[in-house]
Formats: sequence, structure tokens, C-alpha cells
Amino acid sequence: MEIILVAVFLVSTILGYILINNVPSLLHTPLMSGMNALSGITIVGALIATAIVSKGTNGIVSSLFGGLAIIVASINVFGGFGVTDRMLKMFKKKEKRVESHD
Amino acid sequence: MIEFFQNDLAYYIVSGVLALLVMFGIFLMSKVEKARLGNGISAFSMLLAIIITLLRHEILSVYALYIFLAIGAVIGLFIAIKVKMIETPQLIAMLNGLGGLASTIVGGFALLKIGANGDVFSQMTAIIALLIGSITFIGSLVAALKLARKMTQKPINLPHHSLILGCLLVLIFVLIILTAFDLIAPIFVLMIAVILSGLFGFIFTIKIGGADMPITISLLNSLSGVAGAITGLAIGDILLVSIGGIVGASGLLLTQIMCRAMNRKLFDILLGKTSSKGSQEQKIEVEEKVQTNVVITDPVAVIKQAKNVIIVPGYGMAIAQAQYQVKELADLLKEQGASVKFAIHPVAGRMPGHMNVLLAEVDVDYDDLFEMDAINPEFENADVTIVVGANDVLNPAARNQPDTPLYGMPILNVDESKEVFIFNFDLKPGYSGVNNPLYQKSNVHLFLGNAKDTLRGFLESLKG
Repeated sequence: MEIILVAVFLVSTILGYILINNVPSLLHTPLMSGMNALSGITIVGALIATAIVSKGTNGIVSSLFGGLAIIVASINVFGGFGVTDRMLKMFKKKEKRVESHD
Repeated sequence: MIEFFQNDLAYYIVSGVLALLVMFGIFLMSKVEKARLGNGISAFSMLLAIIITLLRHEILSVYALYIFLAIGAVIGLFIAIKVKMIETPQLIAMLNGLGGLASTIVGGFALLKIGANGDVFSQMTAIIALLIGSITFIGSLVAALKLARKMTQKPINLPHHSLILGCLLVLIFVLIILTAFDLIAPIFVLMIAVILSGLFGFIFTIKIGGADMPITISLLNSLSGVAGAITGLAIGDILLVSIGGIVGASGLLLTQIMCRAMNRKLFDILLGKTSSKGSQEQKIEVEEKVQTNVVITDPVAVIKQAKNVIIVPGYGMAIAQAQYQVKELADLLKEQGASVKFAIHPVAGRMPGHMNVLLAEVDVDYDDLFEMDAINPEFENADVTIVVGANDVLNPAARNQPDTPLYGMPILNVDESKEVFIFNFDLKPGYSGVNNPLYQKSNVHLFLGNAKDTLRGFLESLKG
């Protein structure tokens, strides 16, 4: 099991590296911001752990920490994807070169 | 349905598909026209990941989860909609920190054997996830404060700075070993780890100066991915591992690109060697010389004749919020028939691609934005190069003064153009502390002050 996980980590790292090498520097900010949103994938772990503590007898403190983890991770995810989308919307190619004549 | 996802093999396959979907999203981000779709696909994969997790662990009915999710979603979307584009560097840093915080907490749970099986592998990875997560969290917060200019842009040096960092690293390493042999109660490990890594993140980032931010922010971005991936190792979740790995790699790659563009070694920055050992003593002499060659030709007349114009924006444009005036100037020049191109240095600004976002915000066609290597051969044919708030990225000292920290950094060949107009705040050296010999040349016209005001004045005299 551990070996599979470590292998997956290595393979994704290498694939990610290759893919991202193709992104032009024009888009580096949205790329970074999108990657940042993706790093919120920890939300999956936060959901699992919080569900366990809220079902079990770990007390209110653990549940609060779990809740906090979900909240901050989802701020990261929603905020990250949202702001990336807003940024990418701005990258436009103008059809008409000079519009300010009229 | 639930049984399906509880089958490990099925879950691996589904995770693999999701990871591929994310990679496809990233692949689309290499083309401007498709980038938005790519981002959407990544977001959609994340949504699927959340749903699958709820199904697989049979926690669909734990309603508290939805409340927490909803709170986070509302805050996140609110921030995404409300934030001003000028604030994106600090926003990205802050969001990044939150991801780190989440990894810290999940790592902490795993360390307490909640959601993890508690064997040596999972304990080890849990403590590492917690450590990296909280370094990312605190480091990103400090970076965000610096980017928001709520904290000094200058590097803060404690006495024995590197030594302190070294000691903290050793302590952290010892803690990991102790955890591996299960020598301390997990709850104490947890507390000590949070304190040590928080301190490390803080002390590490306060030392980094403003202009090294593009590197720092990419590095922290990478760390948040790595923290996520290692959290995945700790709780045995393959999806977390693979997506965390992708993010980690992307951040690392961006970090490398930034380092190359600044001619800095990542290791030097990690050790806190800053480039700002500047040569302050020369400053006064330069300013005196500058006074002697003010405006020999009339800049307005020069620009009205110009056929080829290149605009070089820098961080100064961002602080002065002068991108609107820059765009106005570009439009005006185009109307008089000149070709206008923007030259973007890879580390101009405070994050990778910072200038591109600001110019896109004011509707500059991205076909007019050129990377350094593409535009550099064109400076010698440029009639006028207009510099707005940039200094180090065009300082010829990088080419011919081996004794300066800038030496060897790839720069924009602004000095090759026939006339240069510089709209900078003052003549002080840039972040590198190296004086810019360009200021003394006779074909250089200086417009000093807030770029927004100086550009406005220039635009008026151009129109009138």
C-alpha cells in the first residue's frame, strides 16, 4: 500500500512538472492561483477526519478543529478557483484593434 | 454506489481518472483561449473528489460537514468576487496559507491516529505533513502581510538568523525521529511540532525581501501541495497524494523559473542570503550627474515621431496603479500609427506573471505582451522605450559589473533603444541595491514621481 502511494506521488509529480512546463509565462499568475486552489484538496482529508471525530467520542475540541480545517480548506478551494476564473476572464484578444475612434 | 467506491481497486481507478482530469485541466491552461475551461475542469474534478469522499466513507449524513463546507464556500466566493486585482498577490499567499493550515490540522488528526491507521509510516508522514503544513501557513501569512505592505518590505534580520533556522531544523528532525520510535506521546509531539514549525516559517519568511517574493510565493505554493500529498500518505488517500504531488511539482517549477530569471540560487534564498547588500555610497554621486543632462530633446516631439515603441512595466506601475494610464498612452501611440509592444520580464512585480494580469485587467491585448527572450532583439530597432516603475530588470550592470549582486541576471535590453523614457518614482537603486547606469545616459529622459501622475502629465502634453 505504502509503495503504491509513494509511486503515485512520484508519478504525479513528474507528470505535473512536464505539463506545467508548457504553460506560458503570460499565464503564470492564473496557473499559480489555480494550483493553489487545487492544493485545497486536503479538504478531502479534513472531511474524513471530521466525520470520524464527530461520530466518535473525541470531544468538542476535535470537532471544532475538524470544522476549522474544512472551512479553511474550502475557502482555499472556492476562493482559489473563483479568483482564477476572474483573472482568466480578463485575458481577452480584442477583435477590433482601435475602438476608441467613435 | 457506495459499495463501488468502498472497493479499493475501484477507488484507485476513480482517483486515477480524477487525477487525469485535473492534468487535462492544467494542460488546457497552456493556451489562453482554453485556460478558463481548464480551470473549470480542475474545479469540477475537485467537486467530484469531495462527493466521492463523502460516498466512500459513508459520511453523507454527517450534516455538520455541509455547514462547515457552506461557511467556507461562502467566504471563499465572497473573497473571489470582492478582491481587487491589485490585491491578488497577497490573496494568493493568504489562500495558500489556509491550505497549509488545513493540512496541519489533518496531519495532526492522523498523528493522533484519527483517520489514519497509526503504523510507523503513517505516524512519520503525519508529523511531516503537520510540519510542512504549518510552515506553509505561517510563512504564507507573513508573505501576505509583506505583499499587502502591512509589514516592512525590507528583510528583517535577527541576530544569528541562519543559526536559529539551522537549530530549528535540527530540532524538527529530532522530533521526526522521536515520533518514528514512538518515544513521546503524540499530543506532545503535536504541540512541539506546531511551535517549532510555526517559528521556522516565521523566521524564515521575515528575512525575505519584497523583490524575492515571486520566488517565495512560488515556493510556498509548492509546499502547500507537498503538505497535501504527504497528508494523503498519512491517511492513505491516493487522490490527495496525486493531486498534492501535481501542485508540489508546479510550484517547484515556477520557483525554478523565477530563480533563473533573477539569477539567484534557490539554496541561497533558503539560507536567507539576500541580494540587497547594496552599494548605497554611490547614490548621491549619481543623482548629481543626472541633473546635468535633463531633457536635451523634447520628449513629446520624440514620441510623436516614434514608429516603434516598447513599454516596460514593473512593480512601480502596480503600486502607483498606473496601468490605466499606460494603456491610455499605448492607445494614443497606436492611433498615431506607432507599433506598441509590452516587454514583460519574468520577475517584474511580486508574483510570477504579475504584470500580465494587471495589463489584462485594463484590456491590453495579450498578443501585445512579449516575454523577455522574444522582445530583447527588438529593442535596438525601438525608437522609444517607455519604462514604468521598473529598475533592476533593465539595469545594464547585470551585464558588465561583475562585482554587483545583479551580475548575470538576464535583463531587458532597454539600453539599446534610441530613446528611453523612464517613469520611476525616484533614482534610488532598485531592490538589488545596484545603481542603474542607464539614468546617466543622454538619450534617457527621466520623469520622476508617482507614475500615475507623471504619466497623466505626459499624456496631457502629448494631447495638447
